[in-house]
Amino acid sequence: MDVAIIGLGIHPFGRTPGKSGRDQGIYATRAALQDAGMAWSEMEFAYGGSAAAGAADAMVKDMGLTGLQFVNVSNGCATGGSALQSAYMAIQSGMFDVGMAVGFDKHERGAFRVDPKGGGLGKWYGDVGMALTPQFFGMKIQRYMHDYGISEDALNLVAVKNYANGAKNPNAWRRAAITYDEVANSMMVCHPLRKFHFCSPAEGGCAMILCRADKAKQFTNKKPVFLKAVSVKTRLFGSFEVFSQSQALNRADAPTVQASKAAFEQAGIGPEDIDVAQLQDTESGAEIMHMAENGFCAHGEQESWLREGRTNIDGTLPINTDGGCMANGEPIGASGLRQVHGIAVQLRGEAGERQVPNAPKAGYTHVYGAPGLSGVCILSN
Amino acid sequence: MATGTTAPSNAYENTVPIAEGLFTWPSNDPRLLGSQCQECAVVTFPAQSGCPACGSVNVKIIELAREGTLWTWTIQGFYPQRPPYDGPETPENFKPFGVGYIELPGQVRVQSRIKTKDVSKLRIGMNMRFLVEKYIERDGKQVMCYFFQPSDEI
Repeated sequence: MDVAIIGLGIHPFGRTPGKSGRDQGIYATRAALQDAGMAWSEMEFAYGGSAAAGAADAMVKDMGLTGLQFVNVSNGCATGGSALQSAYMAIQSGMFDVGMAVGFDKHERGAFRVDPKGGGLGKWYGDVGMALTPQFFGMKIQRYMHDYGISEDALNLVAVKNYANGAKNPNAWRRAAITYDEVANSMMVCHPLRKFHFCSPAEGGCAMILCRADKAKQFTNKKPVFLKAVSVKTRLFGSFEVFSQSQALNRADAPTVQASKAAFEQAGIGPEDIDVAQLQDTESGAEIMHMAENGFCAHGEQESWLREGRTNIDGTLPINTDGGCMANGEPIGASGLRQVHGIAVQLRGEAGERQVPNAPKAGYTHVYGAPGLSGVCILSN
Repeated sequence: MATGTTAPSNAYENTVPIAEGLFTWPSNDPRLLGSQCQECAVVTFPAQSGCPACGSVNVKIIELAREGTLWTWTIQGFYPQRPPYDGPETPENFKPFGVGYIELPGQVRVQSRIKTKDVSKLRIGMNMRFLVEKYIERDGKQVMCYFFQPSDEI
């Protein structure tokens, strides 16, 4: 049974002083309902999550106590992606006809604060200054660049592209393009990654209404976007993940590779059929690795792709047309849904200044993060 | 060579390891401690109660190699949030420090702070050597931590 997305809502990402994460989730939910032309009372279920802004189901106080099944989702960086997957399965199972996936968050400024003891790592790990996510990203791309002959030029080109795309997205946080030299000369954070190679923790909310595709016309006049595949996978022994005090000598495929393969299999299409993609860009290196891990190019081809502009909005495979995490920031609960939102507006042809030309037919989203998991969606119109 | 030799206790009475079980201490020849699965031979650091590869609980604590090569690295460029960080510096006198994974041949890759005079010389494949030295002072005791250092600096 096909599942359709019939309503999209987003609260602008970035910093919204005085507005809680929950309020941003409510804003996005109301926007999604309005987009679908539906009422909250028609929602049969909701899956929602946030990592740092409280339980998602607390929003029913403002939305209305209608008795719907509301399940809070907590799954690290894949919280939003897992909420969507849960909604997808709820409809596919035949149990429900229509419902919602929502995610929101509000993080403090600066790098994510980590509790090493709570994470089973021991207090000493934080004491010595190794419980820091930027270090992981620096070490992972350092090795990748060494293995596949990728230079800092590639890191800079990803950042320039994503900030340029963000400048065209009214819901993005960072809405100013940044020059190549500004990126290349920005402060070194964790070698080889500089300040403008990184996204920052932020705030935002995103919601979408989903229904059985064969009943979409009963619920809405909107042209539906179809969710053709959803897959969430976790790390295998031997993949290089954050907060690993040791690593195996053998190397296994990343969770992204597993999720991507499963999603393409479900959808019955391949990477060559995708017209527009959103790939996790926690930092520039992540987007580079994910181009290959998701099957779009071979390891080591990324730099020439970037130099040729193939992942720009007018390129052969536009990536992160909404500015990605770099221009939107990362509110963990909302990020995976923001990616799907970005593709859905492209497939509807409603992406305005950042619209990909030639009426894209198939889109792809990919989230990756702690503690070593990945979620992939494939969409079509 | 003898390993884990216990030194006269008075030489170490004012020291305490940063965590129990990470390395042999007190010792004048300390070694990192890991666990090795007796079913599939996979090694982890620190030691843990089960094997991350096969799930077996038949694991044994072993001493890890002192020498290895730098598998990947970075330089921590900003003063980490305190807590959890508990380093000896203040934000004012903080100097970027190296962190990396050291591949111990046939065993495991261990994450470690890197002690070096010049972080700009860090390169994948460098020979590295294990050491234990004072990290900070806490409650009048010297808190000892493990590091790896480029072999050519020793």
